Amino acid sequence: MTKRLPPLSGALALGALLTAGGCQNSILDPKGAIGAAEKSLILTSTYAMLVIVIPVIALTLWFAWRYREGSGARYEPDWGHSVRIEIFCWGIPSIIIAFLGYLTWTSTHALDPYRPLDSAKKPLVIEAVALNWKWLFIYPEQGIATINEVAFPVGTPVDFRITSDSVMNSFFIPQLGSQIYAMAGMRTQLHLIAGEAGTFPGLSANYSGRGFSDMRFNAIATSDAKFADWVAAARHSPATIDTADYSKVAAPEEKAPVQYFSAVEPNLFNEIIAKYMGKAESFHSGLKED
Amino acid sequence: MSPDSLVAHHGEFAEDHSHEPNNVFGFWLYLMTDCILFATLFAGFAVARHQYAGDVSGKDIFDLKYVGVETALLLISSSTYGFAMINAYQHRLGAVVAWLGVTFLLGLGFVGMEINEFHHLVAEGHGPDRSAFLSAFFTLVATHGLHVTCGLIWMATLIAQMTILKKGLTTVYINRLMCLSLFWHFLDIVWICVFTLVYLLGVQ
Amino acid sequence: MNLLGRMGWSDLAMLESPVIMGAGLFMGLVVVAVLGVITYMKAWKYLWTEWLTSVDHKKIGVMYIIVALIMLLRGFSDAILMRTQQAMAYGGHPGYLPPHHYDQIFTAHGTIMIFFMAMPFMIGLMNIAVPLQIGARDVAFPFLNSFSFWMTAAGAVLVNLSLVLGEFGQTGWLAYPPLSELKFSPGVGVDYYIWSLQLTGLGTLLTGVNFFVTIVKMRAPGMTWMRMPIFTWTILCTAILIMAAFPILTVTFGMLSLDRYLGFHFFTNELGGNQMMYVNLIWAWGHPEVYILILPAFGVFSEVVPTFARKRLFGYNAMVYATVCITFLSFVVWLHHFFTMGSSANVNAFFGITTMIISIPTGVKIFNWLFTMYRGRIQYTSMMLWTMGFMVTFVIGGMTGVMLALPGNDWVLHNSLFLIAHFHNVIIGGVFFGYMAGYTYWFPKATGFKLHEGWAKASFWFWLTGFYVAFMPLYALGFMGMTRRMNHYDNPAWTPFLEVALVGALLVLCGISCQVIGLVVSIRNRHENQDVTGDPWNGRTIEWSTSSPPPFYNFAVLPHIDSLDAFNETKQRGHEARETPVYSDIHMPRNTPAGLFMSVAAGMLGFALIWHIWWLAAISLLAIPVIFIVRSCNDDIDYYVPAAEVARIEALHNARVAKLELTHVA
Repeated sequence: MTKRLPPLSGALALGALLTAGGCQNSILDPKGAIGAAEKSLILTSTYAMLVIVIPVIALTLWFAWRYREGSGARYEPDWGHSVRIEIFCWGIPSIIIAFLGYLTWTSTHALDPYRPLDSAKKPLVIEAVALNWKWLFIYPEQGIATINEVAFPVGTPVDFRITSDSVMNSFFIPQLGSQIYAMAGMRTQLHLIAGEAGTFPGLSANYSGRGFSDMRFNAIATSDAKFADWVAAARHSPATIDTADYSKVAAPEEKAPVQYFSAVEPNLFNEIIAKYMGKAESFHSGLKED
Repeated sequence: MSPDSLVAHHGEFAEDHSHEPNNVFGFWLYLMTDCILFATLFAGFAVARHQYAGDVSGKDIFDLKYVGVETALLLISSSTYGFAMINAYQHRLGAVVAWLGVTFLLGLGFVGMEINEFHHLVAEGHGPDRSAFLSAFFTLVATHGLHVTCGLIWMATLIAQMTILKKGLTTVYINRLMCLSLFWHFLDIVWICVFTLVYLLGVQ
Repeated sequence: MNLLGRMGWSDLAMLESPVIMGAGLFMGLVVVAVLGVITYMKAWKYLWTEWLTSVDHKKIGVMYIIVALIMLLRGFSDAILMRTQQAMAYGGHPGYLPPHHYDQIFTAHGTIMIFFMAMPFMIGLMNIAVPLQIGARDVAFPFLNSFSFWMTAAGAVLVNLSLVLGEFGQTGWLAYPPLSELKFSPGVGVDYYIWSLQLTGLGTLLTGVNFFVTIVKMRAPGMTWMRMPIFTWTILCTAILIMAAFPILTVTFGMLSLDRYLGFHFFTNELGGNQMMYVNLIWAWGHPEVYILILPAFGVFSEVVPTFARKRLFGYNAMVYATVCITFLSFVVWLHHFFTMGSSANVNAFFGITTMIISIPTGVKIFNWLFTMYRGRIQYTSMMLWTMGFMVTFVIGGMTGVMLALPGNDWVLHNSLFLIAHFHNVIIGGVFFGYMAGYTYWFPKATGFKLHEGWAKASFWFWLTGFYVAFMPLYALGFMGMTRRMNHYDNPAWTPFLEVALVGALLVLCGISCQVIGLVVSIRNRHENQDVTGDPWNGRTIEWSTSSPPPFYNFAVLPHIDSLDAFNETKQRGHEARETPVYSDIHMPRNTPAGLFMSVAAGMLGFALIWHIWWLAAISLLAIPVIFIVRSCNDDIDYYVPAAEVARIEALHNARVAKLELTHVA
């Protein structure tokens, strides 16, 4: 029987993927605590399921071979019920799902993107705004802003506050872990931390129109000293953003180059959200208030 | 399997609007899907009910007395439809048509009042394009109103078919009247929800 | 007033690029060729009286499947275009499809494959099989059935029209606002999307009602709930899901239309609109939709495995309970499509766990098929191959699905190619393999001759290998951080994987070619493959007890059901029970073009609304109820086939069978 070959090669391919951790930029090559926890969660859940998936595939192929027509194996055309086997059919998946359910409950709370990370260091607040088709980063404490480049010190928790001044996007730095949607008129939150220095690709993970494919940025995790240099460099930029020329910054643009702004209207992020919130009531249905 | 000629005659298939309880059952199911349609609109209204965007709220625009009259028209029309059905079962075509006529006028009054309410709101600059609340309000209420309008067209059609086309009160037509009756009462129930959730809670 | 609304010469999309011009010309040529052949063969009258106006569920089923197969070709061409683009467009190379085209292609691919390939295929199978399986003469509302079909056809025409006139949406297949709002998508693309789906959605909703009533009310005497074939059970649950889910879709698209046409603020950024309401609503439809597609496929496997393992289904009751469980659970999982929205950990964890719970009844089904094979005598027909391919592939898809159900995993895998690989894994490996098994299984019942097994098996092997070669690399790419819907990229490490995926897509192309060739060969050799007895597979359920294709009234004498697998029981008992049948008059519906006319008007209404041709919109909107009312005035909608006529048809059939059996013996 040649029929075992393709499924087997499929299983092999899947195995190969799971060991593809060495691949560059891969989420299986995480560079921070959140990403690492998520990688281990992926692996744990996969192993738990392989406990049942591999026997099912093996049993399928074995039964297919054993009970083929002409094999002379035992034939019971009217047998169709067995309490023992049915208990097994419902029981085994239930046990595995009970385990995975427990894992879901604990990991979802532990990895909640809104949960501040435990760290002795004070988190760095960065406000991220999805524009067409670029990312605006505002550093409220440093008073600077950038387009398509974000930097933070290694080992310092980063408190990303995210919104959109256009359509829905998803803010994602694969090697650092979780992503979260960027939506106009709403503020979402994401806590990440980098465990080692490096430049990691960041992107929008939610299709947002024509320029979507180039809506990428670099996330630079670096030492405290180099981060200070980076901030200083941004402060030397001649460009600034105040409310008046924000519209120029926000104008649709594809393949936008990296840009630094030495000064930024202090309340810009909140204004971007507020302009969509209507005049009367706040608008956070379904979303957490902080 | 054994041949069973007793059942070969009837019950195998039913054409829409002809005979058998299939079409009443089918129509009933359609009403359940309509119920989900309205449930979705109510959910949308619940999400948007405080999103005034600086424009009016329910308190500013709802006139409970006016809506009360509208509600009364629709509720009374349900009873008059009931009288039409009683007469239909007694095969009194004249009475059926008379009661349907009264129902039709009451329904028409309801739709007219609703159009008038909408017209005023739009004329005063509180159209559905002003805020999410107004969008959801207009959509929910107008969808109900459109249903009532369809019911009126259906009613007029049935009256015309039974009288002008002289179809009379055959089983087919009693079934059709029955379906419309379900539809009409269903719209009443939906309206009670609209009245409570949109208007009564809206003026709080 | 402009008579053509907002349409102008520049909207002829064909003029825009050679690819689209080629596709448009090809499509035009095919349409002209088909019309030419029909005219040449003087088949218009036959087509009109026997097919286009038919209310016969078997013919409507066949027409649904023809639409599905045509749309499979269209949707698959889109797939090849996308795979080619992504294999080319790396490191500064823009590929050959600019975003304006590429974005339309992936939107159309998803929309077409779900709404115009999978749905019509599923509804086609249920039209052909369900009334026969329950021993009914037709569905409960045959005219409505015809209307449903033509609404789907009208939607399909609109989708294809967008290829040559105007554009299709560039929003992804679910058209999330605010991208799909007027501000960000001012063209006709999203309007084509909305109206084609509204038409087919309405048709589907009515089909749901129709089949629910049919199954509840019209089962043959003696067919209790627990004697119903599993396929019928799955269709009953599908009908429930359709009735509960499709109204939500109608309202959601309705709200989006109000935003786009009349400036409402349901989902806009401004004035209090809430885009996440759309996302919630569309998935409140969308997740049940997944089960609307897969449950019938499960039903097919539950028919195919016992038939070809020559054994009764293991755990029939468990299978029924599992199906019902899945039906209800499918409504409490929708949030897992957007764990990245920023809901609280409790909400995310709740939906993660409900999602996983669905895998328990699904796992039970897999075990049941497995133990149906146990101690069976399995014949490796192509249908059984599709089933085996499904069982192995689907557990992998199920596993990746449960992985995505963990919010912690989803936060890194959401919207990645891992997700794409996962749902193609379950939709190709589950839904499509199931439909192909069902197509081959009931093909002789619908047409009277079998499909060519050789080509069917070749097609299976190409599809299976093609699937693995095309989608395993996408799983890897998901881990490597590649998101969906990218037009070009600059990570050279992705390219080899995408090139392998293209090879996979080409293997699938070979699979589809084998299906097309197989169909042509089977039609040409139909006299050799003829299904004389009506029971080509030694089937177990009563659809195999009537001739192939069945007479228009399905059963000359309605069967009486005393057990599960009733036909198998009858065969086991031998023919001692056979008495001389007593025929009686049979009540049947007349054919009618009203459904076709109403759908043409609905299609014109959609077209007029897309292009803002208000006069045409008004006329067609008026035409729909007028046609319906005119039809409702007609009392001559049904008739009785006299018992003598039934006897004559049956005698003719018996004589033909006897003659053919004789020649076969000789």
